[in-house]
Amino acid sequence: MAYDKFKVLTSTAVPLPIENVDTDQIIPARFLKATERVGLGDNLFRDWRYNNDDSPKEDFVLNNAKFSGKILLGGKNFGSGSSREHAAWAIYDYGFRCVISSFFADIFRNNCLNIGVLPVQVSAEYSVKMFEAVNADPKTSITIDLENQKVTLDNTGESENFDINPYKKENMLNGFDDIDYLLNLKEEIKEFSKNTPL
Amino acid sequence: MKRFLKLLNLADSKKTIILQQMKKTLFDKVWDSHVVQQIKDGPDVLFIDRHMVHEVTSPVAFLGLDNRNIRVLYPERTFATADHNTPTINQHLPVADPLSAKQLDALEKNAKAHGISYWGLGHEKNGIVHVVGPEYGITLPGATIVCGDSHTSTHGAFGAIAFGIGTSEVEMVLSTQCILQPKPKKMRITIKGSLEKGVGPKDVALFIISQLSTSGATGYFVEYAGEVFNEMSMEGRMTVCNLSIEMGARGGMIAPDEKTFEYITGREFTPKGQNWDKAMEYWSDLKTDADAVFDQELVFDGNSIEPMITYGTNPGMGIGISKGIPKAESIDGGTATYKKSLSYMGYEEGDRMIGKEIDFVFLGSCTNGRIEDFRAFTEIVKGRKKASNVTAWLVPGSHKVEKAIEEEGLLDILKESGFELREPGCSACLAMNDDKVPTGKYAISTSNRNFEGRQGPGSRTLLASPIMAAAAAVTGKVTDPRTLIN
Repeated sequence: MAYDKFKVLTSTAVPLPIENVDTDQIIPARFLKATERVGLGDNLFRDWRYNNDDSPKEDFVLNNAKFSGKILLGGKNFGSGSSREHAAWAIYDYGFRCVISSFFADIFRNNCLNIGVLPVQVSAEYSVKMFEAVNADPKTSITIDLENQKVTLDNTGESENFDINPYKKENMLNGFDDIDYLLNLKEEIKEFSKNTPL
Repeated sequence: MKRFLKLLNLADSKKTIILQQMKKTLFDKVWDSHVVQQIKDGPDVLFIDRHMVHEVTSPVAFLGLDNRNIRVLYPERTFATADHNTPTINQHLPVADPLSAKQLDALEKNAKAHGISYWGLGHEKNGIVHVVGPEYGITLPGATIVCGDSHTSTHGAFGAIAFGIGTSEVEMVLSTQCILQPKPKKMRITIKGSLEKGVGPKDVALFIISQLSTSGATGYFVEYAGEVFNEMSMEGRMTVCNLSIEMGARGGMIAPDEKTFEYITGREFTPKGQNWDKAMEYWSDLKTDADAVFDQELVFDGNSIEPMITYGTNPGMGIGISKGIPKAESIDGGTATYKKSLSYMGYEEGDRMIGKEIDFVFLGSCTNGRIEDFRAFTEIVKGRKKASNVTAWLVPGSHKVEKAIEEEGLLDILKESGFELREPGCSACLAMNDDKVPTGKYAISTSNRNFEGRQGPGSRTLLASPIMAAAAAVTGKVTDPRTLIN
């Protein structure tokens, strides 16, 4: 499905300094029963965010009015576990357009790229710097410039470059979709399939 | 080739490098033979031989096809089964949960509309997607196999490249039988020697993950090699490959051998006649060339592996049964996350796992829901009784496994010991159905993930082998299974 173009994003961030955040925490399995991609943001981080009686847990960052924004600042090895794209959908549906971490799990990273959420991998040192800045001042502005592959803490101007596959970058900048690309290759694919041994 | 290199005026070291570059790993051979197109500076367009589909990650993908008004390109390469959401009792009755029922209906409707074979609830071939694939010969050596489920890595046991994908990618494969993927790096994990009594495939996998952590193989595709895997049964290889994703690897694979070909022979979807000969030609070369180069190589000694158990909230937090829970200061970084994890589990640093109380036992899942797992479990509980404090859920991976349990006489033994058998499905592995472990309760589970709340909100999971689960089921607490082996 086509998605919004991503060029430059300037926003405050929500800090979640926990390592190995797995997709079962991002969206627990019992919320995977939808047959459409709607309403998943309500259950983002459900069991960290709400008590069993559905009251909000005061100490969880999404319930802290000080922090808001379109950037989720996560700990190392973000998105490990299941392949559920619902995790990326929930993050998007909640309003995030970018996740920053010092390390991403593979499938989660791909899922994000496929729906228009930009995964930005920074160095461990820069990640620490970002957490410190955002915790010290929740209004800290961060700019993600995809064209120049650069993330900047706007107050201090401290920046770092990040990697992204050039093909994926082009897709994100233009809101292109892999399926459109593949559909254009259909004749080559059909030809290829005739000679496969299995 | 060597003669050709002689003609080139190169230093010997350069010649060696060129020769090595031409040597291919098992992974290279399968991957390279499936590349339809290489995008410059981009991912490869990879042709997919087999696509497995289940009810949870496919509905939105089918909606995408409907929106584009296109049909599944190769329905005959696509196989649908219902497993994640299904109840494990009274499967003959309508599914009570309306959301689950709707998702199951959607799969059936989509499969029919696109002419895909569909093994729904009650169908004799129904079961967990990664159990039925191999059972019916859908899983083949050298194949590329995907499914919207991270444990698709299971199929790598046959020498296939098999990996989990997201729903956008499910839509890609349904519509074009291809996926866009950058080629991963290659890692080989060799386990030498042999396994001690009471140590099995699950222990091997949990051991490797404990050494690498849950992100140690991220970006890699793993080949497992060495005596321990050569000796392992196909079921055992499936357990190990299944857990590859838990160390971050996209998948894991083992070169096909006589055992592999014996396993696949004569199964429903295995090629027959001329097609078999054509496939055999391809399969005969499916092994890593001597001197092929991996991006990373790890070697372990099989004899040093103990029965393993996890104590924390990710599969990398595992220890040998005789060991204590590591101290926070011995863990690399992330002390706060480590302490949060132990606090969730209700454990302290230094605690020993032996003797810890258990409330639930779960035998099943795509990791350990095969006949060999039920044989191993039964062997331990035979002649003993289920502990009264334990609720046990024994869930076969498929109807075929269920039938074998009955036919081999295992069911009688299990009943005699106070156990019941449920109907097939993913069940308490991810607790999408009613098989939920209550808040604060401890489950020893043969499944694959011990994440917070994985087996139900607030549940606490200890991952272990079928025999460790059996030992807990009859003693009511964590027990070294070696003390119960006859």
